Amino acid sequence: MSDILRAATAWELQSMLHPYIERQQPVEIAGSGSKSKIGRPMQTAATISTSSMHGIWMYEPTELVMSAHGGTPLAQIEAELASNNQMLAFEPIDLGPTSGGRRGTLTIGSVFACNSSGSRRIMVGAARDHLLGLEAVSGGAELFRAGGRVMKNVTGYDLCRTLAGSWGTLAVLTEVTFKVLPAPEKTATLIYLGLPDDIGNELLCAAMRLPYEVSGTVHLPKNVAARLETAVLAEQGQSVTALRIENFEKSVDYRTNALRNALKVYGDPIILGSTNSLEFWNELRRLSVMPYSEDTCLWRISTAPVMGPKVVAAIQRHMAAEVFYDWSGGLIWVEVPASADAGASDIRRAVAVNGGYATLIRADSSVRAAVEVFQPQVPLAERLMRGLKQTFDPYRLLNPGRMYANL
Amino acid sequence: MSLAMPEPDTATIERRDEIVAQLKRIAGDEAVIADADGRRAFETDGLTAYRAMPLAVVLPTTTEEVADVLRYCHQNKLKVVARGAGTSLCGGALPLEDAIVVGVSRMNKVLELDYNNRIARVETGITNLAISKVVEEEGFFYAPDPSSQLACTLAGNLAMNSGGAHCLKYGVTTNNVLGMKVVLMDGEILELGGAALDAEGYDLLGLMIGSEGQFGIVTEATVRIIKAAEGARPMLIGFSSSEAAGACVSAIIASGIIPVAIEFMDRPAIEVCESFAKAGYPMDAEALLIVEVEGGEEEINDLLTRISEIAEPFNPTTIQISSGASQSAKIWKGRKSAFGAIGRISEYYCMDGTIPLSQLPLVLQRIGEICASHQLRVANIFHAGDGNLHPLILYDANDPDSAERAELAGAEILTLCVEVGGCLTGEHGVGIEKRDLMMTQFTESELALQMRIKTIFDPDWLLNPGKVFPLHLAPQGLANQA
Repeated sequence: MSDILRAATAWELQSMLHPYIERQQPVEIAGSGSKSKIGRPMQTAATISTSSMHGIWMYEPTELVMSAHGGTPLAQIEAELASNNQMLAFEPIDLGPTSGGRRGTLTIGSVFACNSSGSRRIMVGAARDHLLGLEAVSGGAELFRAGGRVMKNVTGYDLCRTLAGSWGTLAVLTEVTFKVLPAPEKTATLIYLGLPDDIGNELLCAAMRLPYEVSGTVHLPKNVAARLETAVLAEQGQSVTALRIENFEKSVDYRTNALRNALKVYGDPIILGSTNSLEFWNELRRLSVMPYSEDTCLWRISTAPVMGPKVVAAIQRHMAAEVFYDWSGGLIWVEVPASADAGASDIRRAVAVNGGYATLIRADSSVRAAVEVFQPQVPLAERLMRGLKQTFDPYRLLNPGRMYANL
Repeated sequence: MSLAMPEPDTATIERRDEIVAQLKRIAGDEAVIADADGRRAFETDGLTAYRAMPLAVVLPTTTEEVADVLRYCHQNKLKVVARGAGTSLCGGALPLEDAIVVGVSRMNKVLELDYNNRIARVETGITNLAISKVVEEEGFFYAPDPSSQLACTLAGNLAMNSGGAHCLKYGVTTNNVLGMKVVLMDGEILELGGAALDAEGYDLLGLMIGSEGQFGIVTEATVRIIKAAEGARPMLIGFSSSEAAGACVSAIIASGIIPVAIEFMDRPAIEVCESFAKAGYPMDAEALLIVEVEGGEEEINDLLTRISEIAEPFNPTTIQISSGASQSAKIWKGRKSAFGAIGRISEYYCMDGTIPLSQLPLVLQRIGEICASHQLRVANIFHAGDGNLHPLILYDANDPDSAERAELAGAEILTLCVEVGGCLTGEHGVGIEKRDLMMTQFTESELALQMRIKTIFDPDWLLNPGKVFPLHLAPQGLANQA
């Protein structure tokens, strides 16, 4: 195990980096380490953690904005927001439990660094759409700021989006400023039982074509639905297709009825009230239906919503795969039997034919060293990404090779 | 006007005939505009105080033609200024005398409409409003709605990451784009994103949007289209002070309601817009809010009633809920024609700072003082929900001194926006207008970092030079030395 250094301030983090710059030794960048088993394995001399840089230092509920140090636990942020009936609308997903890390420990910096968005992404955008500003330390130990605290800001290039989703390979996020939104007064979920994947997908896409602001669209085939902790659904022994409506009480009632009528052809849904709805959508946020196991590998595939079932069918021709569809079919979590390449060649071909991106979320480190973990890039994009790496991290110090071998 | 542009390269200008001949060979005679009258139509943009005759103008019709033109320019170290409809208010499309203007206005086709995946794939010369028009019959729309949406192109929206009045709920351009085809300066064509959400790797798509035409020329884009709400209705709330209006906006948001738009106008703006549009704005108010909500009929009634109740403690001078479609249209016509209406009474300089909402009363007071100290009048329009402030500084175009004072006042206002925690530009972009103010928001090393990123995409700094970065910092000479 390498040393873990915990910087308490951005300045301290800069100082910590200097000896590694001098010795040209790479370091692993982590928050709580909940996602340390995701990505290509790295050889690093030390781990630098942001977990001692914590605290919310600005929160203006009426301006819908909050600023926190990068290592602030997400749980603390969500508790503070909840005390004002607000939330992170993009519903960050916790990859800790499914990837063999701890549950509920993730930091706000890592949420943005990994662009972790949950089911509501389909309506409100991704984590990166909510990141307004940041302070970060580059691989050259330079401190810089980007963006700001206001929702509209086109002053200079959009470095916030560049860093969101860069998995700590460009810079370390020491502060993040983000947009927050009011929490809904009421949540309802329409549950359709027993639909096959293609019809379930059709239902999800049809719901998104209606004007009722459906904020969650998932389909769980029978085997995966049986794993739900929400007992009322797991007991059904059937596939679950779910639509979420969130709003003021009157609106939720009105829209639930309107949706039910508009989608009558798909059957009569069970309606979950707020309590059961929150339990159901919360367990999906930590991928409860894709539990950690050494016998299986887990892929995350993003594709055009209508292509979801086609991608899955193409994969299932080659291997046993259990899946969970989110984002109206545009996000698929695919669990396959553990193997030397985690099914990479067949999965990448299925995605190449149908369009989209595939990321290997869980596999043994030897597998993650042997196959591409993130979606391979075309040469021109790869060249530009190398340019960005060179610009932010000229000595290739920060998480080198975690995303791609040459970044 | 006081902003300098880089010295044009005389050797390039002397080669004009040869360059024009080559461009015609590459893109065809039809696509190249070389005569003086033709070029004059491209000598300025929405920042009309600045003008420069471009060396030549090319209006290609395909991505491959754009690539061929850029490749030629790259090989010959010719500067290129990309152009959509030329509506930029910050000089983003201002030509240079030694530069080729490459306009995408003839590339305006709709390539694919896919309602199940909720995307439209279009060429970027299409106007912003045309995208919404083409998906309207299915009840969909494209969300970003800059005031110039009738004229401005998607290409320009992408370059500037444009916003509009309805961003509070639906976001700005970058939140509504899923993919693009972009031509880099060396003629290579890069496809980014597509129908799937959140491509892996660094977010080159997000970096490209808002790069002010300095990274490449975007020729196609995949944009998100959204099913329109069942209905929408605005209400007018007048106040006796801007403090009361600002406090009311805070109270609405604190209640958990996110209206689709909250627009603020001060008294001078109300007067000008009302006399132009006869929208029924209250003439006795010091500040006016237009608050719009969406949903089914009952939902709208419920929300507007709630908002009326929230407004009560702030002693509104008027609360008026739109009676129906025609009044709603008038209310928005008044707001959306604000720039045109003010333009009828005076030349004006439209600013675009962003501020934290809580600073609104202080900022409006200081703006009044700043403009008074320069003997200028000002009207303020504010996207209150997202903090985007548009002071319109009125000046006399025939009086160079007045124009100079307007620029000075504008710079002081934007510096003030940064001082109170906001930024220089919310949706118009930096262009040439705010170029020299970048040092108020960024340190020199932060600007150096951004300029190194520019160099990744355009190593010779040929694309849209002289913009975004203060001239003394940017390596403008690169193009001429090469």
